Amino acid sequence: MSLSADIGQRRLSLADKLRGIQWGLVILIAVICGIGFAMLYSAANGTLQPWASRQMTRFAMAFVPMLLVAIIDIRHWFRSAYWIYAVALVLVVAVDLRGFVGMGAQRWIDLGVIQLQPSEIMTIGLVLALARYFHCVPNENIGRLSRLIPPVLMTMIPVGLVLKQPDLGTAMLLLASGAIMCFLGGVKLRMFVLGAAGAGIAAPIAWRFLRDYQKTRLYTFLDPEQDPLGAGYHITQSKIALGSGGLFGKGFLLGTQTHLSFLPEKQTDFIFTMIAEEFGLVGGLILLGLYVVVIGYAFAIALRSRSLFGRLLGLGIAANFFLYVFINTAMVMGLIPVVGVPLPLISYGGTAMITMMLGFGLLMNVGVHRDVRISRRGESELG
Amino acid sequence: MSARENNRQKLLTRRAALLAGGQAVLGGALAARMYQLQILDRDKYAVMAEENRINVRLLAPPRGRILDRFGVPLADNRPNYRVVVVPEQTGNLGGTVDAIAKLIEVSEADRRRILRDVQRKHAFVPLVVRANLSWEEMARIEVAMPELPGVSIEQGLIRDYPYGTGASHVLGYVAAVSDKELTGDPLLELPDFRIGKNGVEKAQDLPLRGGAGTSQVEVNAFGRVVREIATMPGQPGKDVVLGLDAALQEFVVKRCSVEQSLSCVVLDALTGDVLAMVSSPSFDPTQFSTGLTPVLWQELSTDPRNPLTDKVIAGVYPPGSTFKPVVALAALEAGAITPDTSVGCPGYFSLGNATFHCWRKEGHGTMRLHDGIKKSCDVYFYETARRVGIDRIAAMARKFGFGSPVGLDIPGERGGTIPDRERQLALTGVAWQPGETVIAGVGQGSVTATPIQLATMAARLVTGRAVVPRLFRPEGRLVPSTDSRSPFPELGINPRWLALVLDGMNGVVNEQGGTAYAARINDPAMAMGGKSGTAQVRRISAAEREHGVRKGTAVPWKERDHALFVSFAPVNAPRYICAVVVEHGGESGGGGSAVAAPICRDVLTETQKRDPARRVPQPAIAEVVPAAQPLPPTRFDARRG
Repeated sequence: MSLSADIGQRRLSLADKLRGIQWGLVILIAVICGIGFAMLYSAANGTLQPWASRQMTRFAMAFVPMLLVAIIDIRHWFRSAYWIYAVALVLVVAVDLRGFVGMGAQRWIDLGVIQLQPSEIMTIGLVLALARYFHCVPNENIGRLSRLIPPVLMTMIPVGLVLKQPDLGTAMLLLASGAIMCFLGGVKLRMFVLGAAGAGIAAPIAWRFLRDYQKTRLYTFLDPEQDPLGAGYHITQSKIALGSGGLFGKGFLLGTQTHLSFLPEKQTDFIFTMIAEEFGLVGGLILLGLYVVVIGYAFAIALRSRSLFGRLLGLGIAANFFLYVFINTAMVMGLIPVVGVPLPLISYGGTAMITMMLGFGLLMNVGVHRDVRISRRGESELG
Repeated sequence: MSARENNRQKLLTRRAALLAGGQAVLGGALAARMYQLQILDRDKYAVMAEENRINVRLLAPPRGRILDRFGVPLADNRPNYRVVVVPEQTGNLGGTVDAIAKLIEVSEADRRRILRDVQRKHAFVPLVVRANLSWEEMARIEVAMPELPGVSIEQGLIRDYPYGTGASHVLGYVAAVSDKELTGDPLLELPDFRIGKNGVEKAQDLPLRGGAGTSQVEVNAFGRVVREIATMPGQPGKDVVLGLDAALQEFVVKRCSVEQSLSCVVLDALTGDVLAMVSSPSFDPTQFSTGLTPVLWQELSTDPRNPLTDKVIAGVYPPGSTFKPVVALAALEAGAITPDTSVGCPGYFSLGNATFHCWRKEGHGTMRLHDGIKKSCDVYFYETARRVGIDRIAAMARKFGFGSPVGLDIPGERGGTIPDRERQLALTGVAWQPGETVIAGVGQGSVTATPIQLATMAARLVTGRAVVPRLFRPEGRLVPSTDSRSPFPELGINPRWLALVLDGMNGVVNEQGGTAYAARINDPAMAMGGKSGTAQVRRISAAEREHGVRKGTAVPWKERDHALFVSFAPVNAPRYICAVVVEHGGESGGGGSAVAAPICRDVLTETQKRDPARRVPQPAIAEVVPAAQPLPPTRFDARRG
């Protein structure tokens, strides 16, 4: 395989690459972001300030980088996958060391122009690194336990660091991402059974490391009505807002729960609640439907790639996107505990918006370079 | 591409399909949850959202007024101005309060309360800096208001009693609702709400209270009112009309102010209307509605003259000689005596080993019924009581309203005691002694009564009917009426005996030698009849009697005799009743005829001049009274979650 590395490689011109970009996906992303702007406009009681306008600026700022990420040679991303992971890891450590306390958790590094949330970057870094790792593991070795140690470490180190910040939601998300990558990478199913058993043993120990507020959130999740004015307030108000929305909702700008401030964090984590309150079941399902189309797009792109790296990367990003959507919406509906995970492309927040857009850039990159074959060292092969 | 490579691709595709399947299941769960919340449970959550959003606030209704029989307000609402500050609208709360303190007096306690409340309440909730502003203080604040952002003047209503201390026992007072008085009526939980605590304010509290209005407002999560949705005005409290004559009441208060501690009540014997009712000393009911200071409370509650007690209904005294008409009637009805039965009075009366003294040490000589009453001869009544026996005296006494509350329509009335043999045995286990009957014959011993009972007795004597006094006139203001039929049933006592007793009481005042002859009314058209009484508070020892009983001022105030007088006028067609009890004989230390009778004389003279039972009311008085103004709503309530 390696002998044929440089033979007959077809170079893709810029025009080819631009043609190869899935513009339908780009439009879909823009539509979802547009819904987000409208909802941020509503969250601010019908003004662009302070959220909608800034979110628009971020979208505009991230749009061109997304396309740039899409057209840079996929082998470049393959080669730098570990580096990107390493940089993300350093940044996560840096928040732990000198991040400042925001929202009760150490999550941000203030870079002046943007408050960087490295744990979100890590979600992309982890997918990239694991895609590269599984791409390189020889098929015959995939069943070996020793081959499982690097991906488990690559997953658990950031999970542990993020948990320590403490950011339960992102940690859950990273853990699930890592597991999905291992699953797609071909790790034997019995390993997952073993892992689950190990987690079962580790859970009581992990419980001791949870912060009080995280424990409270778990308790609250189990019985939110127990303390409707205390810890259960968020979820109770969110359910009231959702339920009172009914089939068609209360109308744009007319959500009483959101506009009278009963719903907390309406511009960030609970923005889906606001959509479902103002546009009802129909509006909520339309948005979820758009997300389903995005994920379907991502699966189609990934599965058409000829390289394992491309497939893994595409599916990893799709899974990551799904996890964001699921964790956020399940949380606001009271299906899972309240954890701080944004609704992708809609929630107000700089890093989330930018990493999500760059993630889609990578997904498009997989699509653009679907015929590029990648050796274990990163050279291309002609398909 | 190797076969293995290919296998791996297939594995990945298979697993991707599994992943997609898993995602579809989770996505389905989301959709199902949304269906559950937004379709199945929609109504429940819609109600909860409305409850969140809509806050119903109560609007306190203005309290009804209390009017006298001519429509003169005895209790009214007056605007009360207070200066409030909204913390979020002032840059610096402490500085603003300091600035206000330069203009008007702000106590240290008020300042502490403001600084404490600002911590506990939302910054948009106005805090009262000081209430009860005078016009001048209000003007000073209003002039400075442009420089004081967030400061404004609010108008509330406060209970006002135009007659001040004069009718406080009748009217009672209003004060903040205590925890025990909460009935679940949300109106009672309004912070500024006051309810009647005593007197008419308490007895007629429900009609006076009115019904609460409501205001539906939309609030946000912090309790700030976003807009008003709907307002339903409340039902103002109903005015309550009393049988009292405010002007007469004022006169009685003035006349009574010469004594330290007394009670006086004036009745219309025909209707039972209380025309005036004074218990002195008194208190200022307004102080109760604005909030009593602990010092003042201490003073009021420890005063030996009991200013907080309405002595007309709750002062229990031995009736003394004022009880003699009852004894005489009991004996006449029983046939134990006739009007001509004569009793010799040597100044004392012996029964077994015991000796009972007449108030006139040298004795009255031969006494018959008329002179016995007129000169209040104790020996005559000792003998009469002995003949008729305690049980028949007690029965007659109860017919005249003694022994249990007469049923005046305000709370706090006491019943006094009327002993009889059965009761004595049941209560003490000791058999009734004949000597006790003798003492009861002059209204001493265990016989006790309240001034309202004495007045009721007189009203029943002059009408022969079971008159029940009342303050409240359910029929409203007086309308001119020539109807002189009494609404009360006959007592069933031989009118001849009643006439004889009344004749004796005429003699007390209007015949030379009567005990109260000095206090007679000279105008024959207004002349009164009556009966004096002097109730012994201490025991007079044999030794003291030997050396001459100490009189009046020689005895400490608390040990002096009570002076009583019960009277009616005009004597030939009695309509008005006046009963006076001066505790401990008043300043001069004299008996009923010397101290209490002159008060009755003056009060009954004034009453007959005013003639409140028959006088046509002057509508002008009633109409100039301004209508009660609605209370401003209590605009902010406790924070909601």
